[in-house]
Amino acid sequence: MPAAVSTAAALALGDDALVLSHRLGEWAGHAPVLEEEVALANIALDLLGQARVLLSLVGDEDELAYLREERAFRNVQLVEQPNGDFAHTIVRQLYFSTYQRLLYGRLAAAGEGEFTGLAAKAVKEVAYHQDHAEQWTLRLGDGTAESHRRTQRACTALWRFTGELFQPVAGLDVDWQELESDWLASVTAVLERATLTVPDGPRTGAWSAGAGRQGLHTESFGRMLAEMQHLHRSHPGASW
Amino acid sequence: MTAVTADTQEAYEAVFDAAVAADERIEPRDWMPEAYRATLVRQIAQHAHSEIIGMQPEANWITRAPSLRRKAILMAKVQDEAGHGLYLYSAAETLGTSRDELLDKLHTGRQKYSSIFNYPTLTWADVGAIGWLVDGAAITNQVPLCRCSYGPYARAMVRICKEESFHQRQGYESLLALSRGTPEQHAMAQDAVNRWWWPSLMMFGPPDDESSHSAQSMAWKIKRHSNDELRQRFVDICVPQAETLGLTLPDPDLRWNEERGHYDFGRIDWTEFWEVLKGNGPCNEQRITQRRRAHEEGAWVREAAAAYAAKHGEAKA
Repeated sequence: MPAAVSTAAALALGDDALVLSHRLGEWAGHAPVLEEEVALANIALDLLGQARVLLSLVGDEDELAYLREERAFRNVQLVEQPNGDFAHTIVRQLYFSTYQRLLYGRLAAAGEGEFTGLAAKAVKEVAYHQDHAEQWTLRLGDGTAESHRRTQRACTALWRFTGELFQPVAGLDVDWQELESDWLASVTAVLERATLTVPDGPRTGAWSAGAGRQGLHTESFGRMLAEMQHLHRSHPGASW
Repeated sequence: MTAVTADTQEAYEAVFDAAVAADERIEPRDWMPEAYRATLVRQIAQHAHSEIIGMQPEANWITRAPSLRRKAILMAKVQDEAGHGLYLYSAAETLGTSRDELLDKLHTGRQKYSSIFNYPTLTWADVGAIGWLVDGAAITNQVPLCRCSYGPYARAMVRICKEESFHQRQGYESLLALSRGTPEQHAMAQDAVNRWWWPSLMMFGPPDDESSHSAQSMAWKIKRHSNDELRQRFVDICVPQAETLGLTLPDPDLRWNEERGHYDFGRIDWTEFWEVLKGNGPCNEQRITQRRRAHEEGAWVREAAAAYAAKHGEAKA
């Protein structure tokens, strides 16, 4: 496997985890119940751990996290979406964790390759994340009229960011079409059990599919990076 | 409810007093004086509230932490604090109150939390200073609570103190990295210590002659040492640590007293202490507003979980 190819894959997976971890970190002190303070921070930490392993495969984790600009990040647009309300955060997590679980399951099963070790460890974490998101999707979708309405709105709003998850990533030897149909089947089953309607809108925007993987992001992402990188950039060369 | 006659009341009290005197643990089903119960509820609830409100000044820096390693450490710490809050609310519930009731008292200002969390975190170094000084003061206060006469509280403190010690070392290590870093980082660390030193000393509470609950709490072995004793112990520990850090403590009167075998230190600004306690600190309003907002904005989520549980026959969590 040529080095340049696996760099693309490590950055794609690493940036996904880094950016979603950051978004979840924004919840600290704001969660609806104390148990969710623990759960959301726990998921954020798992993802940050994955990001650190993946970015370190490519170079210095801090240089990559703090000194790249918006156009150099390779995460999918789904993970950079602002938290919104709790339903929005949970649906974003359901969509993403289902994808991660299926992808890491395949990478772990492949038995060889650069990501096998990481995937074997991470698949246990992401199975927990997926279960957490699924349990909350059921409670919010099939809870009260208000929680149903909010969750349905989140499902629809985030739907158009889900197609990008299945754009092939150079260096990952995965059957992307099969991954996508497994993802659709899994998410459909959860939404239906939660009495939610599977959105029927497009799963990509007008941008060419795979925009985030090419460094084309949404507007809120630059502001997120400004906050994340500010202190590190203010002290060039310092160690912490 | 059966009426307790004066005779049986006296007999219960004698059993309780003997258990406390023998350093035995009081457990939830044991008889206890109502004032003992009320004191513990107040103290444990205030402790739990402090863990929850205390998440805010540190969470303020999660999204700006300057390295991924420090970010992971900080996230883990804030997560632990939520966990400590959960242990402590459980301990309080063994005394016949409920978490909902206690949170309501926090949100309406009828119960307090540690005044230290009403100070702002203005730079990254504040996160390290909180770890070193605020967690250090908390540990000095809390280690004796591992031997507190009320069993559930003592056992919660054993678990909490282990994690707090870990946080404290991480905070110290973070400050050390800054102190030995660039001149700007060193200055940032010194500035943070200057701002957090005195508020940390105030964490031990008012001086012994103004501490209204102390004598009774010591008699009941809820407290083992007076405020001033613990404060002195903390100062004695911190001075050499500050030297190792290469940072100074902002007190011109701080010096070793050979005769006492302790460090003498300057006078605490008790006016500031009482003002913060009354709600007039730099962040009192902000902290409680954020806590209330999180609770209010989360109401629909809690309602959804309850409605789902009712529909699907789940026991309430």
